[in-house]
Amino acid sequence: MEALKQELKSKIIEVLNLEDITVADINDEDALFGDGLGLDSIDALELIVMLDKDYGIKLVDPKEGKTIFKSIEVMADYIAKNRVK
Amino acid sequence: MIKEVFITETNCITPIGFDVAVNIKNIGKAVSGIQLQNNPKLLNTPFYAAVINDAELDLAFAKVTSAEGYSRLEKMMILALEPIIKKSNIDLNERTAFILSTTKGNVTALENQENIDPAYLNVLAKKVADFFGFKNEPIVVSNACVSGILAVSVAKRLIQANLYDNVFVVAGDEVSKFVLSGFNSFQAMSNLPCKPYSVNRTGVSLGEATAAVLVSSNKENAKIKIIGDGSINDANHISGPSRTGEGLYRSIQSALAEAKIDSNQIDYISAHGTATPYNDEMEAIALNRLGLENVPVNSFKGYYGHTLGASGLLETVIGIESVNQNTLFTSLGFDTIGVSQSIKVIEKKENADIRYFLKTASGFGGCNTAVLFEKVN
Amino acid sequence: MTVNKNYIHSFCTIQKNTVFLNGEVVFTTEENSFADFSKKVYKHFEINYPKFFKMDNLSKLAFLGAELLLTAADENSAENNTALVFANKSSSLDTDVKYQSSISDSEDYYPSPAVFVYTLPNICLGEISIKHQLKSENSFFIFADYEPEFMENYCNILLENQKADRVLCGWVEYYNEEYKAFLCLVDKKGETEHNHEQLKKLYNK
Repeated sequence: MEALKQELKSKIIEVLNLEDITVADINDEDALFGDGLGLDSIDALELIVMLDKDYGIKLVDPKEGKTIFKSIEVMADYIAKNRVK
Repeated sequence: MIKEVFITETNCITPIGFDVAVNIKNIGKAVSGIQLQNNPKLLNTPFYAAVINDAELDLAFAKVTSAEGYSRLEKMMILALEPIIKKSNIDLNERTAFILSTTKGNVTALENQENIDPAYLNVLAKKVADFFGFKNEPIVVSNACVSGILAVSVAKRLIQANLYDNVFVVAGDEVSKFVLSGFNSFQAMSNLPCKPYSVNRTGVSLGEATAAVLVSSNKENAKIKIIGDGSINDANHISGPSRTGEGLYRSIQSALAEAKIDSNQIDYISAHGTATPYNDEMEAIALNRLGLENVPVNSFKGYYGHTLGASGLLETVIGIESVNQNTLFTSLGFDTIGVSQSIKVIEKKENADIRYFLKTASGFGGCNTAVLFEKVN
Repeated sequence: MTVNKNYIHSFCTIQKNTVFLNGEVVFTTEENSFADFSKKVYKHFEINYPKFFKMDNLSKLAFLGAELLLTAADENSAENNTALVFANKSSSLDTDVKYQSSISDSEDYYPSPAVFVYTLPNICLGEISIKHQLKSENSFFIFADYEPEFMENYCNILLENQKADRVLCGWVEYYNEEYKAFLCLVDKKGETEHNHEQLKKLYNK
């Protein structure tokens, strides 16, 4: 689980082009959207693509993203339970 | 004295007709061009879109010319322009400009990596211009989903500045794998034919079409007068519309100020109405801020889908017919109002005396355009 | 049209790893890619706007040019009616090609919304409008070549018709590591007259 969290952090930084942010800057419980990392709606859509591409998880309802992408903690948990690759 | 500018000729090539009269007849009968498409080459799942039949397109094109080597979009654009250029009998000299409006042009040319030249919008414009022999370099307007109506505004401004007497405008886009996959990745596609302003709307249906108009300083044969325009950015977000409708609100205000009329004089609005939850909501807010909540409004997306760079011009062409036939057309796909502020969506075709007509559009990049028209007697 | 004279308040050119402001070199470096060059420019001018790194190359190019011409003082005024009139040859083709590659293989088909949104040339106008809070006239044109006469005419129209108080206009071309931005801030007052000969001269400088 710890490895998955680290992996997610570096993926998010890379996929979302978060300049000047390092893996160490992101806490497991930090809010990814809003006040936390300040991600926006396009980032959320991009994370949906990442779930599909890297973990084979297809979100049927994009609104699910809101809960899944709450924090690294929640995301890692969801991926661990639902991943097919 | 500011020069008066008119639209004197119109035409359109759409899935529900290859001229204005047939389109109006079908709209009057609530015929939609949107159908379920099963084409894995375009999208791996079935989808709703309004698509022009290739065989019909080729047949119509063959009637105009035996020339070969034109793409689908180029054929559609040439077919839209050809009858109005012929009918107008205007010299394509240095006083006649040519504006082409599109978002993605021949983007399908990117599928052939050997030669992507046709994907350049200036190459597309030159090809269409050369077919007719325009003397001036074409002007391409590519400003997302406002392109079609922005092109009308640009044409009017260039004529007012006395740079040209006549401007032929063509606008077009086609349904492509490129655009379908993109809207799909944005989770913006409707799983049913789109339902603008309805409570159960879930997104856009894409469509393809071309439209063409002649914008002129010559009042003879005028179908409508262009009296004001504005194209103002939301300065808010590159993909989502402003929650307050700021750019659209200001665009309409700018058009009203120029036309020197009050918002309460507007008789009919052809809005953008893409049927995405956010766009329609934003429009309702902007219209309410201007006190336009009781003005009959429709979206033509239920007939044509979202035809991107064509939509603003196509919907202007149909709107002009509304004005001149004193008819408000049904906003197809609408059932129960689903925006937070009330607006008067046209539920049933009806007669009305329309003097002032407002056309609006909004698009990616936070852009908005509003153009006001006045009936000519 | 009765044309009151308008003026070029300031202008900037970005090309070949070099930034010119009003004709003077203000930054130059040797980099192998636009990504590295644009990042150096961003750091050099101490721009603090993390969204910059999410932009495509065309938007980065246009954004940097605008940063140099639209100063902090402008942002503080309540109403900043500076219109944007940009043009280029390649539209958003650089990003279009990138996006196309993400959908061409059906086995590896993952269209990216963050790339797709930049497959429109006018997105760079949106980026600049957001940064500088320009709720103003916006338009993007495509021509085979830089068209100083069109730019002059269209800017004058916006100023004469009171659609804008100032116009940031110019050419922002980017395709496959070849790039050039030439932007002018056109105002009703100033010293350098705004006309197409001048625009042509400054563009080629």
